[in-house]
Amino acid sequence: MTLRSMIWHELRSRPWTVLSNSLAILLGVAALVAIRHITVHSEQEVSQQLSQLGANILVLPQEATLQDYYAADQNGGTIPEEHVSEIYLAGLTGVEQVSARLNVPANLGGLDITLTGILPQSELEAQNAWQTTALFTAPKAHEGCKKAKLSTTDLESPESLVTHRAIQNLKPDELVLGADVAERSAFSAGDTLELLGRTFTILGILPTTGTVDDSRVFAHLHTVQDASGSGPVCNAIEVIGCCEDAAGDLVPDLRKLLPNTKVVTISQVVQTQVGVNRLMANTSLLVLVVLVVVGGASLAGAIAANVRERRREIGTLMALGATPSFVQRLFLGKALILGLTAGTLGCLIGLATAIVAGPAWADVTVSVLPMTSLLAVLMATGLAIVSAWWPARQAAALDPCLCFQEV
Amino acid sequence: MFRLENVTKHYSRRGETVTALRGADLTISDGQYVAIVGPSGSGKTTMLSLLGGMLSPTTGKVWLDETSIYDLPVSARSVLRSQRMGFVFQTFNLVPYLTALQNVQIPLCLQGQSAADQEQRAVELLARFGLADRLQHRPSELSIGQQQRVALARTLVNDPRIILADEPTGNLDPESREVVLDAFDAAHREGRTIVVVTHDPVAAGRASRALTLRAGELTDSGANHEHHEFPQRRSA
Repeated sequence: MTLRSMIWHELRSRPWTVLSNSLAILLGVAALVAIRHITVHSEQEVSQQLSQLGANILVLPQEATLQDYYAADQNGGTIPEEHVSEIYLAGLTGVEQVSARLNVPANLGGLDITLTGILPQSELEAQNAWQTTALFTAPKAHEGCKKAKLSTTDLESPESLVTHRAIQNLKPDELVLGADVAERSAFSAGDTLELLGRTFTILGILPTTGTVDDSRVFAHLHTVQDASGSGPVCNAIEVIGCCEDAAGDLVPDLRKLLPNTKVVTISQVVQTQVGVNRLMANTSLLVLVVLVVVGGASLAGAIAANVRERRREIGTLMALGATPSFVQRLFLGKALILGLTAGTLGCLIGLATAIVAGPAWADVTVSVLPMTSLLAVLMATGLAIVSAWWPARQAAALDPCLCFQEV
Repeated sequence: MFRLENVTKHYSRRGETVTALRGADLTISDGQYVAIVGPSGSGKTTMLSLLGGMLSPTTGKVWLDETSIYDLPVSARSVLRSQRMGFVFQTFNLVPYLTALQNVQIPLCLQGQSAADQEQRAVELLARFGLADRLQHRPSELSIGQQQRVALARTLVNDPRIILADEPTGNLDPESREVVLDAFDAAHREGRTIVVVTHDPVAAGRASRALTLRAGELTDSGANHEHHEFPQRRSA
C-alpha cells in the first residue's frame, strides 16, 4: 500500500464519478487541441501560399472587396485593359510581371464554370517592346533585389499558372482547365471542346490547388473579351514585383498612376483572410478559456464534495497517523491523475478530430504538433491541481476527531 | 505514561460555551487497562481525543511520558500516533474501497514501510484473527464481527504501546464482543496500555481501573474489583 495505490483504489471504486468529474476538462482540452491544430496548420498554409506568390500587387476596380485573394478578380467590376500598358509605360521600378484577368460565367457540358481570360506573357513582352521604344521607359530593376527574375522557361508549362500565376504562351483557341473542371468534365489535355460557341483545344490541366482556380477554365484574354462581348476590359491586373521591398514602394506609385482603381498588396488581401481566421480562433479561444475555467470549477467542486463525503475516512487516517501533508497529497494526487488522464484523452480526441475534420473545415492537412499537445496536457494537469488545491487544504485541516463521530 | 494536568476543554456551540472536561488531573501508568465510563455527553470521547493528541485542551497540559503532546506541531502529533498508538472505533471505520488486507496495511503505509513488509505483517495479523481467507474482501463483503476483527488487526499491526478504544463493543453481538475483549486482554498481558471508553458494563468490568465522567467531572473509581490479574472469559 502506498499513497498512489490508495488514490488509485479510490478512483477505481467510482469510475462514473471520476468520468463526470473530469468530463469538462476532457472536452475543453479536446476542443482546444482540435482548434489550435487546425488554426496553426491553416496559418501555415496561408503563409506558404503568401511565400509562393511573392510580392504580388492587385489592381482592382474601386468597388472591389477583399475577402479572398484567389477570388479577388471575381468581384464583377471592370477596369480598362489599357492599364496594363500604362503600368509598363510608366517604367516603375521593380515590376517583374503584369497579368490582366477577366472572368465570365460559362457552361461546359452542363457544368457551370468560370472562364478566366489571361494575357500570355509573350504578347505582353511584344506589346511592351513595341510601345516602349526607349530604354528609359522600360521597367527598372530594383536596387539590391536578390530575387532572380522569372525566365520565359519558368512560364512555359500550363502549371506556371499555378506556380507563377502567369503563362508564357497561350493561343486564342487554347484552354487550360482547372483540376476540378477537368475531373468533372472528364476532359484531358489535347481534347477539343465547345465553349461560348467557339472550339478550343485543351493545352493542359492544372494541378489541384485547393483554391477557386480549381474550378476555372483559362483562355486567352482577348478571346474571352470577344466571346463575352465585354470589350477591352479586365476584372483585375496582377503585378508581380521583384521582391517584398519593391512591392512596398510600388503600391503608392501604382495608386498615383491609376487613381480610379484599388491597389492592394497580396499581404493585405491575405491579412484580411488571416484576420478573419484569427478573429475566429481568438473567439474560440475565449470560449475555450471559459470552458476550461468551468472545467476547473467543476473539478474543484467535485474534489470539495469528495472531501465532504470522506470526512470520516480522513479523520480515521489522521487518527492512524496520517499527517496533514499526507491527506493533502491524497487529494492533490487524485486531481493530478484526473487532470493528466482527462488532458491526455482530450488531447487524443482533439487530435483525431483535427486530423479528420481539418481537410473538411479548412482545406488543410493536419499533422500532430507535439508542443501544442504537450502544452494542452500540462495545462489540464496544472488546472486540475490548482482547482484541487483549496479542497485538499481543507481536507488536511479537518479535525481528526471526526473519526469518533457516529455515521 | 499519560499525565493530565488541570485539563479543561470548552466547546463553543451556536454562541454557547459547553464544558466537556473540567480541570481534570489524571495519571495513567504504563501497562494499565483503564475503562472510562459515564453517561452520553459526559466528555468520554473528548477525554479519548485529548489522550490521542487529536484535540487541544482549552487549558492544562497532556503529557505522554516526558512529552507535552500539545506543544508538538500537528504533524509531529500524527507521527506520535502512528508510532505509539492504535485506535479502535465503535463503527470500525474501515476504508470502504480497500480490501481487508489493505485496510490493515494503512498504519504501516503511513509509517513508510515497504510493501512486502506491510503485506507480511498484515497477513500475519489477519490470520491471528481468523481472517486468512478474507484478505481480499472489502468491508461491505464482511460480517460486522469480521469487520471489527479487521479493525482490531489494523489497530495492532504497528505494534502500538497504547490502545485507545471508543465504544469498541457498542455495535457487536456477544460473540464478537468477546473476541474484542479477549484481544484487549491479550494486549494488556503483553504490557500495552489500554484506555477504553464504554457504556458496556461487561467491557468496563474487564479493565483494571475505572474512571467515571459526569458532566465533565472526572472521578477515579480506582482499581476495578471485577478485574482479574489474568482475565478470564466471561459470557455476555
